[in-house]
Amino acid sequence: MSETLNHQLIYELSRPGRRASAQAPKALPADAVADIPAALRRKQKPGLPEVSELQVVRHYTNLSTRNFAIDKQFYPLGSCTMKYNPRGANRAAMLPGFLGRHPLAPESHSQGFLACMFELQEFLKEVTGMKGVSLTPMAGAQGEFAGVAMIRAYHEARNDDARTEILIPEAAHGTNPATAVMCGYKVREVPVNKDGDVDLAALKAACGPQTAGLMMTNPSTCGVFERQIDAIAKTVHEAGGLLYYDGANLNAILGKVRPGDMGFDVIHMNLHKTFATPHGGGGPGAGPVGVSERLKPFLPTPIVGKDGNTYRWLDQNDLPQSIGHLSAFMGNAGVLLRAYFYARVLGREGMIRVGEYSTLAANYLLKRLEAVGCTPAYPQRRASHEFILTFAKEAKELGVSAMDIAKRLLDYNQHAPTTYFPLLVPECFLIEPTETETKEALDEFVDAMVKILAEAKENPDLLKGAPYTQPVRRLDDVKAARELDLVWKDTV
Amino acid sequence: MSDIRPELRYAASHEWIRLEDDGTAYVGISDHAQDAMGDLVFVELPEVGQKMETGDEAGVVESVKAASDIYAPVSGEIVAINEALEDTPELVNQDPYGDGWLFRLRINDKADLDELLSADEYREQLESED
Amino acid sequence: MPYIPHTEDDVQAMLAAIGANSIEDLFDEIPAHLKAGKLEALPDGLSEMEATALMAARARQDAGALCFIGAGAYEHHIPAAVWEIATRGEYYTAYTPYQAEASQGTLQTIYEYQTLMARLTGMDASNASVYDGASGLSEAVLMALRANRKSKSNRVLVPQTVHPRYRQATDAICSNQNVELVSVPFDSATGLTAVDALAPFAGEDFAALVIQQPNFFGALEDVHALTDWAHANNLLVIAVTNPTSLALLAPPGEWGTQGADIVVGEGQPLGVPLSSGGPFFGFMCCKQQHIRQMPGRIIGRTVDLEGKPGFTLTLQAREQHIRRSKATSNICTNQGLAMTAATIYASLLGPAGLESVATHCHANTRALVNKLTAINGVSEVFSAPIFHEAVLRLPRPAAEVLPALAEKNILGGYDLGQDYPELADCVLICATETRIDADLDAYATALKEVLA
Repeated sequence: MSETLNHQLIYELSRPGRRASAQAPKALPADAVADIPAALRRKQKPGLPEVSELQVVRHYTNLSTRNFAIDKQFYPLGSCTMKYNPRGANRAAMLPGFLGRHPLAPESHSQGFLACMFELQEFLKEVTGMKGVSLTPMAGAQGEFAGVAMIRAYHEARNDDARTEILIPEAAHGTNPATAVMCGYKVREVPVNKDGDVDLAALKAACGPQTAGLMMTNPSTCGVFERQIDAIAKTVHEAGGLLYYDGANLNAILGKVRPGDMGFDVIHMNLHKTFATPHGGGGPGAGPVGVSERLKPFLPTPIVGKDGNTYRWLDQNDLPQSIGHLSAFMGNAGVLLRAYFYARVLGREGMIRVGEYSTLAANYLLKRLEAVGCTPAYPQRRASHEFILTFAKEAKELGVSAMDIAKRLLDYNQHAPTTYFPLLVPECFLIEPTETETKEALDEFVDAMVKILAEAKENPDLLKGAPYTQPVRRLDDVKAARELDLVWKDTV
Repeated sequence: MSDIRPELRYAASHEWIRLEDDGTAYVGISDHAQDAMGDLVFVELPEVGQKMETGDEAGVVESVKAASDIYAPVSGEIVAINEALEDTPELVNQDPYGDGWLFRLRINDKADLDELLSADEYREQLESED
Repeated sequence: MPYIPHTEDDVQAMLAAIGANSIEDLFDEIPAHLKAGKLEALPDGLSEMEATALMAARARQDAGALCFIGAGAYEHHIPAAVWEIATRGEYYTAYTPYQAEASQGTLQTIYEYQTLMARLTGMDASNASVYDGASGLSEAVLMALRANRKSKSNRVLVPQTVHPRYRQATDAICSNQNVELVSVPFDSATGLTAVDALAPFAGEDFAALVIQQPNFFGALEDVHALTDWAHANNLLVIAVTNPTSLALLAPPGEWGTQGADIVVGEGQPLGVPLSSGGPFFGFMCCKQQHIRQMPGRIIGRTVDLEGKPGFTLTLQAREQHIRRSKATSNICTNQGLAMTAATIYASLLGPAGLESVATHCHANTRALVNKLTAINGVSEVFSAPIFHEAVLRLPRPAAEVLPALAEKNILGGYDLGQDYPELADCVLICATETRIDADLDAYATALKEVLA
């Protein structure tokens, strides 16, 4: 019976005249809005649900339980860094003084908040080896946008306007090419070698006076450290291009290697990955950018400055060459406060351990999975904080796809790893265990994979029908796309 | 094995083209291409009257997990599009060489067709990709 | 080791399984000269208790003022249940719902949210939200360029009555794609974008007209006339609205004879705290025929293998992870938690509750305007009807008056001189339902003292 209840939409619980009456101020007489002309008024009330407070609480509480979450399960999604999100960070960011602060409050009433933001900027500079940081991008993709926009602004400021291309290794996240296009660039893909490193000869051939920059992730999306990074940086810089670091995999090297020391000119960080802020079912994130000295004038505004003991916003007046504001206010402040808390708790030593222990966990899990019959994509390489398995053999011999194995993992109460990314490895899993999982949790995942690989041989159809234990079986994506049903239609 | 028709010419990017007596030609995607894409959920087509050069983007076919550009196999002017695909993109899966055609083109130069692959050459390409 | 569980025995067992002698060995592919130093600028780690105390002291520093600033972020009462539920671990620590079977909670919540926004705005469809209202406008502008097949133009008409920061962000985001935002002046008597002001642009090619309702001054535009002008001239209409206002005001879907084409706005008023500007969420809705041009995540209702209803991501082929350089946008996230909070908020308020909130805000602002304009030298600037925000002229520059009010712990509004030099002695004020009569009186008393 609770199943039936759970399936209902909040709109289906609605009954005319029902209200959560404690939640709204007492109604005012209609003439309180008599000065709004009738032509500009709404004729029919919007079809919001009419439900009681308990109904709302019960409905959304029940809905929430139909999710996997880090708080409930191992969640080894490659490239997503699903580590523990400290509850303390949430409480600190939800302190009333922070929640109640209007984004346009004067600096006289913002010193506490600005102090946190200034220090976070300084921490991020130190840990990445960059010379300037802006916290304002609201997600990794917006950080990428800011980064490439700064590359463009830099070239334009030098009247170097024949640079029309951004180079991107073929294994890159889809956001990289999408971002380059948003910034008005053409994309040229650079091939990757069989061992996961960039094809240096191809890169050299692709570089030229048309090159604005190269976007790359290191460790790459292949889950390995790019060993030729010095040569890559030299090649791109000699061609007059700049080097962009996609911070998606920063967790692998946090405290161990700094993008600034590798020669990168601009980076974005995903604080919802590396700094343990929650993913929230798809957001919000935060994607601060860090830059080398020559890009500092172009940082997106606002950033926090310090005069003596007073903090203040640096805006267009201070940074006339800035690429500007990317949102109405200063960014996802609440996410930044959570990251600040995390950085304070970790401190210097804790920060170094992140890269160390995430790498330890990944290499351990890789060796154990290899030992039970899984096929690594790059067996000769060290894993970074993540690694790739390929099930091309299982697909060919047993007709079982990586997707089937992923769905079956849900039945074993394990969230599936990232599937079918990067695209250049067929039938792949990208697995990232993170530093916050116990050895026992990693071992349980291996146990589940052992059982699933045995099932794949004995009864492949079992996998093709998985999952069986979730609120729904496999969903018809084709119907969803062909017969779009995006909003509930009833007769309100 | 996918269906390859001897009477058609193919582009390396998996479009087929069939010349009609009136100098126009039908264009679609090959059986191999529709199979590789999986169930199509949307087809975006060019506009009638649009002029195409060989290799110009002429539309997009989308499945749930992929999207692929369609290129004009030869130059010419679009004279008709398959409007049925707007509501029933699955026609491309069901009948790629028939009801699942994408658009009709008045071709500029019949000699352009010679630049395309024959059925045998296309079969060789598919075998080498495999 | 904060948040790292491994014992020394664990580490040794794991290294043995790997066949490595030390953790440092695992970094042997990294050139030695690239290894980081000691990170000396970072402080020592703190315990949760210490970090919390530090941040609590900082938070207290900023608290305690009475806020009369609106300008795109509004202090509303947020029911206790909203964030207690939104921060349940199952919502808070879940990822993007790519594994649909294990994400039905998030997916159904988004579907309910899409329904909510479509109903508030009077549109056919909604995405799962974008970063905020300002970046949402930039996405809407890029979307309109793709969607308007009658126009070949990269130009969009943006009245000066649109939030200045929305205009700045949209310019920053779109200018790299050679998009030109063409300004339309406002009428200095009414504070509105007059249809007459658009007349000079008739016959030229523009992709869209942006209409903000209520506009940045709180004034109510003649949205019907503006929308009809745009459609008559082959422009799409991008509406920017405040969701609270939609409890009272005509939804963009009913503007003019055809309705707006794309609607965006800041969702923060629906249950999201001011929180220094974020995380908020931008909502984005559109008419049926433009759905495929809409960026961002979209959820559809479908059935599973057994015919049971369920929810899944759909139309993903528009998105960057599939379409790469040809995606509608590089956006990969939605503001999931904030959007979840809004869905819970709207359910708790219901149609009557939201209308009551809107009415109280409006009545409070009207009462505040009356109290303040009773002071010598203070007057209302524009003649147009307003919703819940108003512009007052002061006898002295706002840049002098506002800091003096702040010293008395009154955040007296937004200094319009920052963006409109001709309004340097004007403030934009707002009093939401959370301001009581005594608050309004406190503002009036303080202003009287400052101006004396």
